[in-house]
Amino acid sequence: MTLSQQLDATFLALADPTRRAILARLAQGEASVAELAEPFAISQPAVSKHLKILERAGLISGTQSATRRPRKLEAAPMAEAAGWLDKYRAFWEQSYQRLDSLLDILQTPLNPDDKPNKRT
Amino acid sequence: MPEPLIITTPTDREIVVTRRFDAPRDLVFLCYTKPDLLRRWYGLPDWIMTVCEIDLRVGGKWRFATRAPNGFEMASSGVYREIAAPERIVNTETYDQDWTGGETLCTLVLTEADGKTTSTLTVLYASKEARDGAAASPMAEGMEIGFKRLDDLLASNPT
Repeated sequence: MTLSQQLDATFLALADPTRRAILARLAQGEASVAELAEPFAISQPAVSKHLKILERAGLISGTQSATRRPRKLEAAPMAEAAGWLDKYRAFWEQSYQRLDSLLDILQTPLNPDDKPNKRT
Repeated sequence: MPEPLIITTPTDREIVVTRRFDAPRDLVFLCYTKPDLLRRWYGLPDWIMTVCEIDLRVGGKWRFATRAPNGFEMASSGVYREIAAPERIVNTETYDQDWTGGETLCTLVLTEADGKTTSTLTVLYASKEARDGAAASPMAEGMEIGFKRLDDLLASNPT
């Protein structure tokens, strides 16, 4: 898989809220399909489908125990995807926080009797 | 707490950056389009905008250049395609070093509700490879340097 294909698979996998919840659960430790299905109002086969997508993206792996098939989180592809978007995120986060401050200054009334712009 | 920043990739050639501001739309528009204001917020901490030229009319050109504390410089420029103040700007962008695989098309949309403004910036890359490839660019490296400096600053100046 090229980096580009890898990112595709990662983003597809991360695009779904159920799959993100599964990853959040696995971040706490290994879990079986049944354990993963429990918090969701969906069947085990539906969870298995989500797991396949996550597995294809390399985000999780099954372990040797075939009967229980616990899954565990694989961090590398996630880190890659996060690193890729983090650059955008950090750039805009930094910039926009400074824009917040600038907008505050621009909205501060010169006349102290005016109602100041409130912020929480 | 700052407003959350939302980044999505709705298609494989796009990145969308959305953020809300506690200010009316016309003011946010000015901050995006007046060089004196834009210089005060756009870019990484400690980077200096050495060039900030904006000819805000359809067909007009713009050019930004920024310099990192270590001297690393990057610059980009483009042409305005659509301007509907204070709600929409469409412009092209090309980096001098062209690590985005050609020209990108940037669409900025500002909407106002209850005195707050939501800014949505959509960047459309020439190809998926171009979008993904931007990550491996010198810009990314330059940014890393910027972040390290920010870390230092935050560590030395706790609030």
